[in-house]
Amino acid sequence: MSAYEAVIGLEIHAELKTSSKMFCACDASFGGEPNSRTCPVCLGLPGVLPVLNRQAVVLATRLALALNCEIAPHSIFHRKNYFYPDMPKNFQISQYDLPLGVGGHLEVEADGESFRVGITRVHLEEDTGKTVHVSESGRIHGSEYSLEDFNRAGVPLLEIVTEPDIRTPEQARAFMQELKSIMEHLEVSDCRMEEGSLRCDANISLRPAGSTKLGVKTEVKNMNSFRALQRALAYEIERQEGVLESGGEVNQETRHWDADANVTTPLRTKEYAYDYRYFPEPDLVPLELDREFIASVEATLPELPAQRRRRLREDYGLPAHDAVILTSSKAMGDFYEAAVAAGADPKAASNWMMGELSAYLNAKGMEIEEVPVSPAQLAGMIKLVEKGTISGKIAKSVFEEMLESGRSAEEIVAERGLTQISDEGELDAVVGEVIKENASVVEDFRKGKEKAVSFLVGQVMRKTQGRANPQLVNDLLLRKLRGGD
Amino acid sequence: MIEKKDVEYVAWLARLELSEEEIERFTRQLGQVLEHAEKIKSLDTSEIRPTSHPLPLKNVMREDLVKPGLTQEEALSNAPRAEGGYFVVPRII
Repeated sequence: MSAYEAVIGLEIHAELKTSSKMFCACDASFGGEPNSRTCPVCLGLPGVLPVLNRQAVVLATRLALALNCEIAPHSIFHRKNYFYPDMPKNFQISQYDLPLGVGGHLEVEADGESFRVGITRVHLEEDTGKTVHVSESGRIHGSEYSLEDFNRAGVPLLEIVTEPDIRTPEQARAFMQELKSIMEHLEVSDCRMEEGSLRCDANISLRPAGSTKLGVKTEVKNMNSFRALQRALAYEIERQEGVLESGGEVNQETRHWDADANVTTPLRTKEYAYDYRYFPEPDLVPLELDREFIASVEATLPELPAQRRRRLREDYGLPAHDAVILTSSKAMGDFYEAAVAAGADPKAASNWMMGELSAYLNAKGMEIEEVPVSPAQLAGMIKLVEKGTISGKIAKSVFEEMLESGRSAEEIVAERGLTQISDEGELDAVVGEVIKENASVVEDFRKGKEKAVSFLVGQVMRKTQGRANPQLVNDLLLRKLRGGD
Repeated sequence: MIEKKDVEYVAWLARLELSEEEIERFTRQLGQVLEHAEKIKSLDTSEIRPTSHPLPLKNVMREDLVKPGLTQEEALSNAPRAEGGYFVVPRII
């Protein structure tokens, strides 16, 4: 047990899944040639006026409600002023003292324990453009000049700020996973961290265990995956602990996570010392969402991961752990339920998805949507095992091939002749052979070493390339050994 | 009261280069503006909701529809420098 307790709060940005941008009608989808999705509004040309995207408000309200926030009866937009070329207007339209949603919370499970994280606020803002630094390293320092692509400038962005209720890097990761799954279920964001549509910064400080006073915090940026978040926070805890242990003081500063070097390094503070001079955006009028609007959004809220977990446990008798893994993303849950609907045994389908399928996805760095196997094909493979057509061991190799080729289990089994041998006549000869070749083991068995039989079963399996029905082989062996022939 | 260093700071935030004479003049003028604001602040506004917009409007929104904007060529047509479809901006740091 460490002498210190970490206090962590997260600030999350998620791009909303709208067709058009936040304040103009430009295409908001990812990609496109640089600067091919702009207009005078998002380029900040003179004389233009922003108009709020209704769908962005609907999506923000959806998430705020799912996070148990209170929807503000009156909220307004502010200009956040700063000079950085990723924003052509030299300010970002955001929300400041009157955000759309406040005072929510989320229950999260990590390592079998449930904890609650307060949601300070949920607010709407616009995303910035993309900057490419022209230098050998691609970093801002030492670059000769930079390039700007404003396709993302003005894309609706949701900012979610948590209370400092998180205590460990594992909890931070579990919270982010739950939040991502919620946003997927609500269809408010694509949540693709690698495309930058989901991003996360963390505030972290340490204090002596048992103390209630907050220590000096640092802000950690540039964590582009759940793994990076967990590792960056673990590093930062260790670093701050080292500073405090040696009698030093933690500097309040912003630090950059370097995933290659596995360290956080301070950003040069002077360059990032912002004074945003927020003031109300005069080009936008207040947002006053009434009960009727809120009720209409509430009525369209789909099933959330927590409800789905409960249902999976109740309807399919799954253990809690299975339900957590199967709802870690919407696509995972959808795949699972489709496989069960196609006739797969619920527990078997869960085992295959948490085992072989997840291992394959991790190894390949793929998402479940990208594998060529359909839920119905997984169900087909499970049924072959149930019927005894193939053994569980053979099934693993069949499934591997399914994942690579997208072909059905039936096809692969037929082509490779993998059908389980359950024919006594066919196995009889092999069993006889194995008994003959392993006289000393047979002797051991006859002297009372019952376990010796499993070695013999293994030999039969080897001779049949794993195709023999193990139970049948076992029975046959026992019969022959006991019968003495 | 506003001081010269406040004006210098605000000018820096706005990336404005001011002469010594301008700094002194703006310190004086901004001081008068702030003095006036102080006068207004003495009124009791505790019962009045801050005005964020002068017109009595709310909830002005548009439907989420994509419409064609500028082509890449049009977007870049005012750029002092462009490269490969990007705006070129001077060194940032």
